[in-house]
Amino acid sequence: MSFLLECPNCGRRPVDEYAYGGEVTVRPKSADDARALFSYLYFRKNDAGAQREWWFHSSGCREWFQAERDTRTNEVMQVAPPGGLT
Amino acid sequence: MNRLAERRGELIDRGRTVTFTWRGKTVEGLAGDSVASALYADGVRVFSRSFKYHRPRGLLCCSGQCPNCLVQVDGDPAVRACMTPIEEGMRVEHINAWPSLERDALHALASATPAFGMQVGFYYKTFMRPRWAWKYYEKFLRSAAGLGKLDPQHRRDRRYEKVHRHVDVLVIGGGESGLEAAIAAAREGRDTALVEEGLALGGRLAFTGVDAAARAAELAAAAREAGVEILQPAWAGGVYEGNLVPVYQGDTMFRFRAGEIVLATGLIEQPLVFAGNDLPGVMLASGVRRLVNQFRIATGDEAVVLTVDDLGIEAACDLAEAGVTVSAVVDTREGETDERLGVCGIEHLRGFRPVEARGRGHVSSVVVARGGERRSLSTDLVVMSGGTVAQFGALVQAGGSVHYDAARRVYVPDHVPAGVRVAGEPAGTAAEVPACADGGRGKQFVCYCEDVTTKDVNLSVKEGFASLELSKRYTTVTMGPCQGKMCHRNSGLVIARELGVDPDEQRVGVTTARPPHNPTSFSLLAGRGYEPVKRTSVHHWHADRGGKMLWAGDWKRPYDYGAPDDETAAVHESLGLIDVSTLGKLIVRGPDAAAFLERVYPNRYGDMKLARVRYGIVCGDDGSILDDGTVARLSETEFYVTTTSSGAGGMEQWFTWWNAVWGMDCQIVNVTSAIAAFNLAGPNARTALAGLTDFDLENEAFPYLGAGHAEVAGVPCLLLRIGFVGELGYEIHCPAAAGEHLWEALMAAGEGFSVKPFGLEPQRVLRLEKMHVIVGQDTNAESQPLEAGMPWIVKLDKENDWIGRYSIEWYQNRGNRTSLVGFEGGNGAVPKEGAQVVVNGEPVGRVTSSRFSRRLGKAIGIAWVPADLSAEGTPITLSDPSGATIPASVTLRAFYDPDQERLRS
Repeated sequence: MSFLLECPNCGRRPVDEYAYGGEVTVRPKSADDARALFSYLYFRKNDAGAQREWWFHSSGCREWFQAERDTRTNEVMQVAPPGGLT
Repeated sequence: MNRLAERRGELIDRGRTVTFTWRGKTVEGLAGDSVASALYADGVRVFSRSFKYHRPRGLLCCSGQCPNCLVQVDGDPAVRACMTPIEEGMRVEHINAWPSLERDALHALASATPAFGMQVGFYYKTFMRPRWAWKYYEKFLRSAAGLGKLDPQHRRDRRYEKVHRHVDVLVIGGGESGLEAAIAAAREGRDTALVEEGLALGGRLAFTGVDAAARAAELAAAAREAGVEILQPAWAGGVYEGNLVPVYQGDTMFRFRAGEIVLATGLIEQPLVFAGNDLPGVMLASGVRRLVNQFRIATGDEAVVLTVDDLGIEAACDLAEAGVTVSAVVDTREGETDERLGVCGIEHLRGFRPVEARGRGHVSSVVVARGGERRSLSTDLVVMSGGTVAQFGALVQAGGSVHYDAARRVYVPDHVPAGVRVAGEPAGTAAEVPACADGGRGKQFVCYCEDVTTKDVNLSVKEGFASLELSKRYTTVTMGPCQGKMCHRNSGLVIARELGVDPDEQRVGVTTARPPHNPTSFSLLAGRGYEPVKRTSVHHWHADRGGKMLWAGDWKRPYDYGAPDDETAAVHESLGLIDVSTLGKLIVRGPDAAAFLERVYPNRYGDMKLARVRYGIVCGDDGSILDDGTVARLSETEFYVTTTSSGAGGMEQWFTWWNAVWGMDCQIVNVTSAIAAFNLAGPNARTALAGLTDFDLENEAFPYLGAGHAEVAGVPCLLLRIGFVGELGYEIHCPAAAGEHLWEALMAAGEGFSVKPFGLEPQRVLRLEKMHVIVGQDTNAESQPLEAGMPWIVKLDKENDWIGRYSIEWYQNRGNRTSLVGFEGGNGAVPKEGAQVVVNGEPVGRVTSSRFSRRLGKAIGIAWVPADLSAEGTPITLSDPSGATIPASVTLRAFYDPDQERLRS
């Protein structure tokens, strides 16, 4: 992994400046459906293709942002502040 | 000086001599010489011993493509002598030979015992039986393998740097095509850099005659004028994602990011495969021409050229011009005598093939044949030219692909990845290249690096490894330091011949050269030896007073000051002071600060009064305990949060992440390094501290779990009345810049109370007496608060959602399976941390903390036990790693001051 990733605050930087924060997930709102809760906690979609994910610019502004990246090619389609992906 | 007359294009400076040593002996070279050329001029012919058979090897390519001149320079192993300029005082040693280059024990062994069994795969075959003997074989093999010696202490003081560079265009290769590409790019106004690993720019132009050298100089000058940045000698280690190219120059790794990469890596001349083709004195034509034209050395007295194309003819002309007798040019092509050779009066043996080179330690004759006609030619220099191949390693490694075109006898690019361009000609030779020679005696080397012969490759094909990719894995051909530069094509030809197919058949295939393309030292890859250390503001005070400074995460902390028991006693009986500056410290501020903390902590903060501090744990959404610490409310909208020492960075990320998810109106700032913190603890803490502040410390005004701003010894501080160590205590937080001043003031104020500084170990004993858990030691990634004995901290009745809530609700419904409990040892023995809790000899739990408490006079600890063994007073059995069985009983209340009378006093 040595692709360049654009931080919405700092611009394009080598990916080793960032910490990966995992897929963007939706948190269940109760414990009623145990299957839904455990799938949120322990399962990842691990899509081969476009994936929405969290990144933390740990060696930069130390802010979180979101990116849409193709997991097969590491092509980054878009980046945005939290919740800003189109 | 045994050099030829001065000529344009030479690299040497005849006015300046440079002295260095070769195996302890002083050698004089000329400035501009490579280590190899200076040694060759001095008469050295054997440069190394081969990897497996320890055969003597001399110069072959003189351009860094082969393994023959790998030497050790000033302690650096695997340095290519032909690519390294000589420097004054350099110490050059040979490698892979013992006791000397001339007499090598392993060579003697390998040649005296043909049954020694070093055929391909010998390490899988020869050394398999008897099985018990492997440990002896292994020792011997390990000592015999490898090139050069590593001294662990070698150059630890040397700095290896990494430099980040960004350019529009990076050209790899400074030959004619590379220079032209770089000039064109630079003239377009693009920021352009060019990397050349050789000692001269211009590639083939640099060593193929006066006119060519003039053209090379012209191109180099034009490139400089156009503003091309030239790195030389330097090499590109590979092409990685995002057009990242590591370029190594001296002790520096440049991490180049290029908009576009131009691969102008050029052509490499290939050896011919015949018996004795590795004898010193058998050289590539381009290598000979470099010695003659660049370093002006007459490379022999009587040369024979073996060639498949015109490169051999050109080399013969160069040699003749240098005064070397060329007795014949042996050409595999049929035809008339070449005009150029006719002029020089050199015999042109057409249609002849090489059969065998002979000689002891150095070539003395060569046998060539045409059909049944054999001729033996005496010689001291065999010049061979087996055609050229494009150096496609970087292209394939970058994600491109190539195939072998048998008709044109070249490798042709199929696919070139985006952002990469290929410059230069793929042209190989038009003539047919014999895969190997028939009728000769002795080993025919395909691979010089790993000593792989035609016999080995053929054997691998017979055994079923019938393609280049498979044979490579079995024979290690193309796997050596040259990464296939000298052997890739030839091994393909040998395999094709053994299979009886054309070399471009799919089944022969092409292998991928892996980076790095050249020997690269680990120190270059690793860069400077950073071991960042965080020191608290009173680090030197601790160190000066006998503090045993140990790593605690990135921090250094005193383990103790030499007498841990006295330090523990001081806290219990009078007064102790500990530096807790390493605690993580976060400020959470904003209108939503309280609401935010309500959501990240399982306990309540919304109802918290001002000037109060509360213990809290942070859970993951799976309910596991991530960290713990305290939260003090400084104002309606501002909280001061402490975390564990190692948890600061992680908690900052965790808090800011959830804040990003929720988009709440608050900010989180990590102030860990900006704030120093000391814990003044012991029955006399109040009296001692009162002498330094006007702040009302009386119990009614500032009770247990109070928080307040105070000026202490003139320093603005935040006081937290908490008690990790179990006695009356004040955690005092102040700006780190004033830390040392405050610490010394506190020590002075405590003097009348025989204050003692205490370290990590006494603190561990004190907290264990209070049964306070350490997150990460007593808990792990599976620990959740209900089972970890902290159900009281989980407020399942909170109206808002909080992280971990649903998992903990689920655990609540399921019920506890295990419990974290205290225990008292029954026989005075202290079980080791990690000892097992056993029932009927089966492990059912484990000890996470244990110490002998002097104050209590017994062994105490914390352990995970099954839920049915977690009631107060339950007898349990501990099995120590030493084998001892220790009886113990479960304790649920703190061992010391369970009613917190001392803490609240």
